[in-house]
Amino acid sequence: MADEPSEKQPEKQPDKPAETKPSAAPASEAAPARPAPPAAAAKPAAPPPKKEDPFKPVALDNDLVKRLKECFGDAVCEAWLDRKQAIVVVAAEKLAEIARHCRDEEKFNLLTDLTAVDWPKREKRFDIILNLYSFAKNERLRLKAHAAGGEKVPSVTEVWSTANWLERECYDMFGIVFDGHPDLRRILLPEEWQGHPLRKDYDILQQDTAWVKENLGIESGQ
Amino acid sequence: MAENRTTGFPNVDATVLGADEIILNMGPQHPSTHGVLRVKLRLDGERITGSECIIGYLHRGVEKIAEHRSYQQFAPYVDRMDYVAAVSNGLGYCEAIEKLLAVEAPPRARVVRTILTELQRIASHLVWLGTHALDIGALTPLFYCFREREEILKIYEKYCGARLTTHAFRIGGLQYETYDGFEQEVKRFCDDFDRRIDEYEALLTTNRIWLERTKGIGILTAEEAIDFGATGPILRASGVKWDIRKALPYAAYDQYDFEIPTGKTGDTYDRYLVRVEEMRQSRRICLQAIENIPTGPIMAKVGKVLKPAPGEVYHSIEAPKGELGYYVVSDGTIQPYRVRVRPPSFINLCAFDKMVRGHLVADVVAIIGTLDIVLGEVDR
Repeated sequence: MADEPSEKQPEKQPDKPAETKPSAAPASEAAPARPAPPAAAAKPAAPPPKKEDPFKPVALDNDLVKRLKECFGDAVCEAWLDRKQAIVVVAAEKLAEIARHCRDEEKFNLLTDLTAVDWPKREKRFDIILNLYSFAKNERLRLKAHAAGGEKVPSVTEVWSTANWLERECYDMFGIVFDGHPDLRRILLPEEWQGHPLRKDYDILQQDTAWVKENLGIESGQ
Repeated sequence: MAENRTTGFPNVDATVLGADEIILNMGPQHPSTHGVLRVKLRLDGERITGSECIIGYLHRGVEKIAEHRSYQQFAPYVDRMDYVAAVSNGLGYCEAIEKLLAVEAPPRARVVRTILTELQRIASHLVWLGTHALDIGALTPLFYCFREREEILKIYEKYCGARLTTHAFRIGGLQYETYDGFEQEVKRFCDDFDRRIDEYEALLTTNRIWLERTKGIGILTAEEAIDFGATGPILRASGVKWDIRKALPYAAYDQYDFEIPTGKTGDTYDRYLVRVEEMRQSRRICLQAIENIPTGPIMAKVGKVLKPAPGEVYHSIEAPKGELGYYVVSDGTIQPYRVRVRPPSFINLCAFDKMVRGHLVADVVAIIGTLDIVLGEVDR
């Protein structure tokens, strides 16, 4: 036993990306070609060989999506499964309404998380992500809405109290304004801070130099 | 006192203080706030009529850092969020990336991960119990709790060389084999630990001062807990029997028997009972797991450079504090496009205002303790 780790460490788990080519599962283009060797080698606990591409999103058209489409029509834009997880894209202006419907009618009563992703090259740069969970069904559902920079997104604070802080964090980090939020202020950064750090155009070394200088009395916050 | 003093609470309905009301500031440097939490309390005499948490003092931009590191490079950073339960953070992150890559850790790795994570739950609850009791005025449990926690940290140190920020797991499995005598040491700890929990309970469970200070304090009903997104022991103490280890099993939890303790009233005392019982259950899981650790490899076949296919994944685990989730978006490069951490402490803290209203200043200390927050995770 004692010898094993030293044998395995260097080859199997580098902490920094080496210059070797990506192998096995990670590279999608390599995936179809690879499945055979692990199976043939018959390693006792190798990952199960992938017969089909596990990364391909599958269009989702189950009862839940049908019911949502019945209620909200075109406001339910797309639905698919990514790595077996359900994602439903909805129109941003109907977000709060659909969220309330999901809570009351579909029993997705826990707002697990609310966050955003920035895609600056897209016309509507932000994805607003609501991660819902249903205790009754033991299921997760991810609602997604696209919003342009400066566009107001309806707040779901009326639906879940926890959205209060989560939307504040979203505003703080991305500058997304939630319409109807009772107290939309920064939460993690100081109130006078300029800029929204999790936007892609905010460099990792960037900071609010004026704020740092005034409040910390130093040249750099690094 | 002059009239028309403002409250400093933009979100509280009345912005003007009543004649008898004052604002009291607690923290950020205060021993009972468990780190750099600052709380503004609006008081009518000793009673709390409003509160506001001011957080962010420990904000390091973890999610931003993630976007500028490779998948493996970011793994040690997650240990620095909930630093009293670093192993749990690492498990959540590694499993999330494994899901993103569609690989699975080998059975041996999964079982060892389960053992280490359950020990971490015990260690985290011990820190909570010791400090919570200390805040309320019971000095002795702190020494007892830290004595047992030390045993767990020694196991970690022997396993991977670090005690707190362990980085014990790797994407795809484990870096290190278990050391000789690992099972025996875990067994020795568990055999001994049952008696130790009895000792803590003897000090607290029927202690009159403890009962007075915790019963009926900071009540959260099941509906409120769900509304505020509370998870983990806080949700369970409110009577919701929900544990991710059972509901959506990960690692090797589907192989073991354990109970999910729940409370009835959702007060501070119930949360105490739930967490104490969780330590007993964690001990049970460890004992079952060391009986039969599968042999075989400890790493799945993952590349040296991880380039997950574009897409996204959400994976969460039952961390000691609640649901710890990672939402990871890949754009097909070696760096994650976005890593969102769903921090249990941050979201559990949302219910703070609801819990303290109507209580006395001294109870605030009990409520901060019972929420079991770690500011490294609240602020990230």
